Amino acid sequence: MIRLIARLDIKGENLIKGVHLEGLRVMGDPQAFSQKYYLDGADELIYIDSVASLYGRNNLTEIVRRTAKDIFVPLTVGGGVRSVEDVRHLLASGADKVAINTAAVKNPGLISEVSRRFGSQCMVLSVEAKQAAPGKWEAYTDNGREKTGLDVVEWVREAVKLGAGEVLLTSVDKEGTKKGFDIPLLSAISELVNVPVIASGGMGNLDHLFDAVEKGHANAVAMASVLHYGQLTLPQIRSACRERNMVLRDYEKTSSHC
Amino acid sequence: MKKQVVIVDYGMGNVFSVSRALEFCGAEAVLSADAAVIEAAQYLILPGVGAFPDGMQELSGRGLVEPLRRYARSGKPFLGICLGMQMFFQSTEEFGFHEGLGILPGMVKQIPDRKADGSLRRIPHIGWNRLLYGAAKDGAIATALGDNFWGYFVHSFAAETAKPEHRLAYCDYDGFEVTAVVGSENILGCQFHPEKSGLAGLKLLARFLGEETTANPAFQTELAARK
Repeated sequence: MIRLIARLDIKGENLIKGVHLEGLRVMGDPQAFSQKYYLDGADELIYIDSVASLYGRNNLTEIVRRTAKDIFVPLTVGGGVRSVEDVRHLLASGADKVAINTAAVKNPGLISEVSRRFGSQCMVLSVEAKQAAPGKWEAYTDNGREKTGLDVVEWVREAVKLGAGEVLLTSVDKEGTKKGFDIPLLSAISELVNVPVIASGGMGNLDHLFDAVEKGHANAVAMASVLHYGQLTLPQIRSACRERNMVLRDYEKTSSHC
Repeated sequence: MKKQVVIVDYGMGNVFSVSRALEFCGAEAVLSADAAVIEAAQYLILPGVGAFPDGMQELSGRGLVEPLRRYARSGKPFLGICLGMQMFFQSTEEFGFHEGLGILPGMVKQIPDRKADGSLRRIPHIGWNRLLYGAAKDGAIATALGDNFWGYFVHSFAAETAKPEHRLAYCDYDGFEVTAVVGSENILGCQFHPEKSGLAGLKLLARFLGEETTANPAFQTELAARK
């Protein structure tokens, strides 16, 4: 079972898209994009406030509330989530899960607190990974700007032990390049933990997605540029996955029954 | 006149999403933790995200355990979602033994973290899964939801009904049969989140309200937008 996820990086009120998580370009109103992806059969949506950690605030609540109003698939929200209180606010606004990176690195105890209070399924560990050497990656924060000194494999292992229920694994090296996912990184993490792993960063064509699932053993694939720029649509992606015998939600048939 | 649905607001549910989904289906959603409002409801939903013992504690701290049991006996439609459905059962083994509402006989147990071949099964069970009906294949739920109904699941524990006829649907999670829909008379429970399962889930909510989706303009608009 593979989940196809549309990832929307938000700055202020806009959907943005960068390369290597930087050089941000404004794409437009996130709600219009998310509504389209929902209707097109995205299995989930991920919203990341790309500048929240930089400014030490979280302004996603309002956008989440507007988005969640008309979207009836799961919504993961991240960026600037610092406390159990922040999580409570986002969940009350319509988010189903929160993705935490910076605050978890600074205070790993937050992972346990969130997972104990809201369930581990709610606590998505967001990891920004940059390759340090062949087969070695370092975890970064703040859109790949700040080094943490943490080895990604060690960090994910610890975070899952603390209660992270899912891993959003973004390759900073690949993000926005449309050159494909970091497959060795994905395999290293999928083999390491028994919680679901979401591949993020680098999708440019269908082969990239197939590789992430078949070689990287990802449980879900997050897509951004490839969708935002209209290079591929979700219905195209879904039918290509089906032809490849991947198990997907049978979205079209379900809706036609209604 | 819109149908009014009371959603039990006990601090453990994604009440915003559940309310929105009900509004989509043409109903009016009222959040309440007031026993009198809950018992007077025409339709009641017990949502829930989180741990079973915490959920029961929150309910009992608000004096809602007995009112919910009485409502269940009233014959009026009562839907439990995810943790809400799990709490319909007698007990759980989550963080030790804990009593539930006991509306349906059975208990809630951890999904085994090993598959039959000994390999690891990923826990929590997160994602979309197709409903299977087994012995209940000719029942009203199976008929209404159809063969291609996919629900969105997020959970680590699953219900085991004491009476096989209370299990109306299940799904296959890497070889483990996860109880997906339970029910008996006015009681309906689903392990997946209908408010997060796209149009299929909205259809289940509409059914709970006794509505025909074909007559609902919101469903028509949504279907048209997909073409």
